[in-house]
Amino acid sequence: MPDSAVAALDWPAQIYDVLRAFEVRQVAHVPDAGHARLIRLCEADRAMRTVSLTTEEEGIALLTGAHLGGQRGVLLMQSSGVGNTINMLSLVKHCRVPFLTIVTMRGEWGEFNPWQVPMGQATRASLQAQDIVVYDVTEAAAVKDTVEAAAKLAFNSVQQVAVTISQRVLGSKSFKD
Amino acid sequence: MANTLDRRAAVKSLLSNRGDMLVLTGLGGTCWDAAAAGDDPLTFYLWGAMGGASMVGLGLALAQPERRVVVITGDGEFLMGLGALATISAEKPKNLGIVVIDNEHYGETGMQPTHTGRGIDLAKLAAAAGFPATAVATDEASLAKAITVAREAPGPALAVFKVSADKHPLVLPPRDGAYLKDRFRSALLGAQSIL
Repeated sequence: MPDSAVAALDWPAQIYDVLRAFEVRQVAHVPDAGHARLIRLCEADRAMRTVSLTTEEEGIALLTGAHLGGQRGVLLMQSSGVGNTINMLSLVKHCRVPFLTIVTMRGEWGEFNPWQVPMGQATRASLQAQDIVVYDVTEAAAVKDTVEAAAKLAFNSVQQVAVTISQRVLGSKSFKD
Repeated sequence: MANTLDRRAAVKSLLSNRGDMLVLTGLGGTCWDAAAAGDDPLTFYLWGAMGGASMVGLGLALAQPERRVVVITGDGEFLMGLGALATISAEKPKNLGIVVIDNEHYGETGMQPTHTGRGIDLAKLAAAAGFPATAVATDEASLAKAITVAREAPGPALAVFKVSADKHPLVLPPRDGAYLKDRFRSALLGAQSIL
């Protein structure tokens, strides 16, 4: 898909609209280029509290606390961060905390940096090893519906759900200026 | 010099007349200490999730800005999530107090020494991270001040209770996380908050 078509679709804004519609109040993130626009949109929204984490597992704990206090949240991270969350995912699984994470992929499709590949290839299996429901998005047109379905499953049916967004949607990092 | 404060007595003092305070514990000894002080629906006990107690506290403090949130955790648990010092300090939750029950040992795994017995000062780390209120309790007088810091000082606040490494009888609270979560939410948000 040409860049102009990706820009026209503006799927990060569509994710933001879904988060708003579900009254998400705490947006935890370890930044990723693929999430940059969504993070900016959330930061500009006074109803949302964005929390910058030092490591991804902090976000699982943060969102558990948010749920205890009556707020919904989302964790935005890169696929490499999924590996950091494995034990902490026990918290949302065992305590039956509604949990939504949106994972932008690295090491998955046309990756340039070989250091990203092991965790990128292991992301889905890692999440499933902790019994997290995983929805994969491989085209921009499917982002909105998929995030909406994931949010319904998380918040209406009290499940733990991850949406992965492929490098086919994000574009692979080029390592060129 | 060996630490002499008794952890059970110190946590009992911390939680006496707790009012509408929301309480979270870390895993292991601090779970049993809080249970021994008296179970309460507004105490959420983490039986696992090591390294996460302070961050659960941040999420709760942001969601409930009018309520004091006090996290009671151990030195081993706290050391596993030191990055949270930076995350919490950057968010500046005024209503969050963290208490580290510091016996300088991993109490549940054979009493191996932790880093806090080898010069790592958690209160200084918190101060360096920008926590506006920190305190260290080593005796009854400093304990009273540290409890006030944890419960009342504009946060984020961190109080370290230097306690003896004596073992105490196990006092086990309920251990089903979904039950503890629903119990807490029901007491805080009302029964309609439970699906």
